[in-house]
Amino acid sequence: MAIRSFFVPFLLFALCFNSSLTPVLSLYEDQVGLMDWHQQYIGKVKQAVFSTQKTGRRRVIVSTEENVIASLDLRHGEIFWRHLLGSNDVIDGIDIGLGKYVITLSSGGSILRSWNLPDGQMVWESFLQGPKHSKSLLLVPTNLKIEKDNVIVVFSNGRLHAVSCIDGEVLWNKDFEAESFEVQQVIQPPGSDLIYVVGFAASSQFEMYQINARNGELLKHESETFSSGFFREVSLVSSETVAALDSTGSILLTISFQNGEISFQQTPISNLVEDSSGPAVIIPSSVPGIFAIKTNAITIFIRVIGKGKLEVVETTNHETAVSNALPISEGQQAFALVQHAGSEIHLAVKLAHDWDGNLLKESIKMDQQRGLVHKVFINNYIRTDRSHGFRVLIVMEDHSLLLLQQGAVVWSREDGLASIIDVTASELPVERDGVSVAKVEHNLFEWLKGHMLKLKGTLMLASPEDVAAIQSMRLKSSEKSKMTRDHNGFRKLLIVLTRAGKLFALHTGDGRIVWSHLLRSLHKSEACKSPIGLNMYQWQVPHHHALDENPSVLVISRCGPSSGAPGVLSFVDAYTGKELNSLSLVHAVVQVIPLPYTDSTEQRLHLLIDSDKHAHLYPKSSEALGIFKREFSNIYWYSVEELDGIIKGHALKCKCTGEVADEFCFDTRDLWSVVFPSESEKIIATVTRKSNEVVHTQAKVIADQDVMYKYISRNLLFVATVAPKGSGEIGSVTPEESWLVVYLIDTVTGRILHRVTHHGAQGPVHAVFSENWVVYHYFNLRAHRYEMSVIEIYDQSRADNKDVWKLVLGKHNLTSPISLFSRPEVITKSQSYFFTHSVKAIAVTSTAKGITSKQLLIGTIGDQVLALDKRFLDPRRSVNPTQAEKEEGIIPLTDSLPIIPQSYVTHALRVEGLRGILTVPAKLESTTLVFAHGVDLFFTQLAPSRTYDSLTEDFSYALLLLTIVALVAAIFVTWRLSERKELQDKWR
Amino acid sequence: MAGIARLLLLVLMSTVPLFSSGSRTGFTINGRVKIPHGFGPKGFTLPGRMSNVKVILNGGQNVTFVRPDGYFSFHNIPSGTHLIEVAAMGYFFSPVRVDFSARNPGKVQAALTENRRGLSELVLEPLREEHYYEVREPFSIMSLLKSPMGLMLGFMLVVAVFMPKLVENMDAEEMRRVQEEMRGQGVPSLSGMSPGGARN
Repeated sequence: MAIRSFFVPFLLFALCFNSSLTPVLSLYEDQVGLMDWHQQYIGKVKQAVFSTQKTGRRRVIVSTEENVIASLDLRHGEIFWRHLLGSNDVIDGIDIGLGKYVITLSSGGSILRSWNLPDGQMVWESFLQGPKHSKSLLLVPTNLKIEKDNVIVVFSNGRLHAVSCIDGEVLWNKDFEAESFEVQQVIQPPGSDLIYVVGFAASSQFEMYQINARNGELLKHESETFSSGFFREVSLVSSETVAALDSTGSILLTISFQNGEISFQQTPISNLVEDSSGPAVIIPSSVPGIFAIKTNAITIFIRVIGKGKLEVVETTNHETAVSNALPISEGQQAFALVQHAGSEIHLAVKLAHDWDGNLLKESIKMDQQRGLVHKVFINNYIRTDRSHGFRVLIVMEDHSLLLLQQGAVVWSREDGLASIIDVTASELPVERDGVSVAKVEHNLFEWLKGHMLKLKGTLMLASPEDVAAIQSMRLKSSEKSKMTRDHNGFRKLLIVLTRAGKLFALHTGDGRIVWSHLLRSLHKSEACKSPIGLNMYQWQVPHHHALDENPSVLVISRCGPSSGAPGVLSFVDAYTGKELNSLSLVHAVVQVIPLPYTDSTEQRLHLLIDSDKHAHLYPKSSEALGIFKREFSNIYWYSVEELDGIIKGHALKCKCTGEVADEFCFDTRDLWSVVFPSESEKIIATVTRKSNEVVHTQAKVIADQDVMYKYISRNLLFVATVAPKGSGEIGSVTPEESWLVVYLIDTVTGRILHRVTHHGAQGPVHAVFSENWVVYHYFNLRAHRYEMSVIEIYDQSRADNKDVWKLVLGKHNLTSPISLFSRPEVITKSQSYFFTHSVKAIAVTSTAKGITSKQLLIGTIGDQVLALDKRFLDPRRSVNPTQAEKEEGIIPLTDSLPIIPQSYVTHALRVEGLRGILTVPAKLESTTLVFAHGVDLFFTQLAPSRTYDSLTEDFSYALLLLTIVALVAAIFVTWRLSERKELQDKWR
Repeated sequence: MAGIARLLLLVLMSTVPLFSSGSRTGFTINGRVKIPHGFGPKGFTLPGRMSNVKVILNGGQNVTFVRPDGYFSFHNIPSGTHLIEVAAMGYFFSPVRVDFSARNPGKVQAALTENRRGLSELVLEPLREEHYYEVREPFSIMSLLKSPMGLMLGFMLVVAVFMPKLVENMDAEEMRRVQEEMRGQGVPSLSGMSPGGARN
């Protein structure tokens, strides 16, 4: 009796949990880093400036292609501080002023900011305007002073500004109104009060302005015409000489403007190098006396001697990168030169006037997976013996950043991970005999001690040392970073494709890089000039018959920015990162459709649609073709033409009717099209369900034992359109002229199942589609707040299956086949709520069996990820739910969605520059893995309804043991007592 | 802080046409983010905290940073209605709606969108702090008792104390019946664990 009753309090306890509205996800501060990891990156470095402060920590300031400015520790490569600027606030230049301010010029030269070097606090911001758009140049002369104030010289928007370094005041400015004037260089010869502005006008005229740096007065303006015109860039050779190319790229020009007199010296390139062919380009550099040009694959270094005389100092066909000049002592300038030779790179530091002598010559072994050296930055230090030492920062093709010093790589940063294009998850190998097994718990005593510590922690009795011990013990647990599959499916590989064309495999346990591979097929080549990685698909996921095979991923890329460029496929082994195969296609890849069929080796069939609307089947094997032929008439897909506002449905027709017989190529036909009126609607978002989503049940039991049937179809498409006027920024339209229309379209038949108009609403729209519901986020112009709406769609044709007798007698239609061609009887329910923040991305949790309730993961504008229970977005919410509805878990309706700080998945961290959120189901039903990426990476495990199927990390085994011991003791004590009592009774 | 006069919402009509392409005139929005003293978790704003504050216009169209004293500005903003958001870790800021009238230049309105409170000056203060972590409850007997093990022990005690009383209150007739039933099931001798003289 008693034993049976034990369960009652448990049930009560469980009920308490379910009905309470406390945030399901919440974390104690000491649990940080237990299941999550966070990595900070900056992106590919564009420009680097070394802080020359003699004291304090050595640092380098960098600006990157991800639009980050950061201060890095020169000793370890860690980030001191970092700021991500807005996407249309691109950094044009950085420098250090007065040794303690970082100066940045951004937004096409309109915004000049100064940051405090030690902590990254913005000091001032200036807005620079000008008459016209132009190149923007930033110059921070070290010795130009106006009344004790250092001056920053900025050329932007056709105007030259002199800005105070201390408070950002504009001291003077000077317009360059001449219509066609294109500035090339702003030069400030050291030790003088002059500024030279040189550039081209009307493409054949060289202009030189001499300006007084103290007040912006124009001292001299000279111009000279060169009949055959100029070619883009100039290279600064000395403070009064520049080198340029003529418009054909075959004649070198040295232009000197000494004392305001312009003189040209022409030298045909063929005079210098015999076998030069093709037009040359100037490599921008600032090494005095030397410049470099590149023709075809040959780099030529040319020295300027005397008045316009040129001399070739070196020609090389190795890949080469040159740094800017670094003044090391009075009149001496050094620069670094990096050349590739096989698996090594040769680093040479030379003095500008002495090409043949080397200050430093080193060869460093370089990982082939890093590709070529793209940029070099040089810095010097004084050794203890007062000689010069050099350290060199290099930026590689894979966007990584390395510091070289004394012939070795001191540190490296994998900054390619800041620009992820696509992510997919892969399983780890199964643990077998021989596969390494981490050592088990050391011994019972240690184990108990650990749990006693944990118990102390949960009871808040732990001393700080104990807390530290607990933390380290948890982090150390080798379990989570093992290289094999686990029972719960928490350990996986995240395969990421970066913009540099490099694949990385990250371990979900601790985020370390398992392997990385620079795709050869994404390498620049003759055939493929500018390859771009596009997407990644799971090519082969072995689980049943092909367990011996490694899983592999398919990487789709394209040779050039236009969608008609030919595609490239590469197949990469997910365990080793080896490129198994790569195919250069003759056709373009516009759309990739992973089909739900696999062949005997579990290779997934993929259909690639090219720009001529032919469908190509991969893999190209007869077996795949056989499977495909069988399913030929069941394959449908759709395409969205956003510019024309058309959505089309397609199916296969027949084999290709081209000249070349290709049995893997098929013609397609259009089945239907939905044309949106271009004057009133513009497509801004389309979302479908994830193809691998699992739905547990179609039925949804609602209050009063009633059942509703979810309308679950893989072929539903959510489309959002806005008024063309309202497709711009927020605030650019009035509520009357803007509307948002959302559609649910069946992609097999083109039937519009549902359509809603939100008047006075505007994009951007972020949406997520799961099971039978879609949630979307948009801007409400009337309330001037963001809103989120939910649409749920239910199947009415099955609604009358509620009668138990029908089910018993088999008169239900639950087993009748569903065809999308029959007219569906659906009803939709929807509701809208206010939401405070702007949103960058929305995702939904996904679990292995789809039983666990769902949470929305909302990436907010503050780069945090908020977990919001789907129950908050339930169209059946009402202001006063009935008792039955309350029991079902329906939350009383409020006008806005709650933001509970404890339910931020990212807790106190930011995923800077958040772009995407990926959820992967773990094997354990309650748990889902979440990976958020942007400039930073963040990974965690989530249990939307708590871990109901496993014990939590902080479950105290020691307490359990204690309880059991206490219970056993109690049993014996009571037994004794009762026996004694019995005996006494018998004696009575 | 008191020395710094609060900045009024300054809107400057700039008459310089920006970029040759368009002759739009842009406004400048000046404002201030103020994290009050004594609001921070330790009673004061930590130095360097301001360096991580971002001010975002229209959902990311413009992003700017604040100066050490909290001032920020957006330049070259067209007339219309705009939304300003502040991203600062640890604080919850309401987005602010700012209206620039194109018809009567200089007329500006600002209001918090969360509670529709109008602002006479663009000083943005957090509505509340955000604590991202659960606070561990200090050790208490209650928390121990509420845990499953505690409940188990508690129940055990309850049974041990109250069952005998319950049994005593039963009348003899029923008692005999129960006893017979138990014997019939062949209850092991350890049935003494359902304590109190089950056989008295």
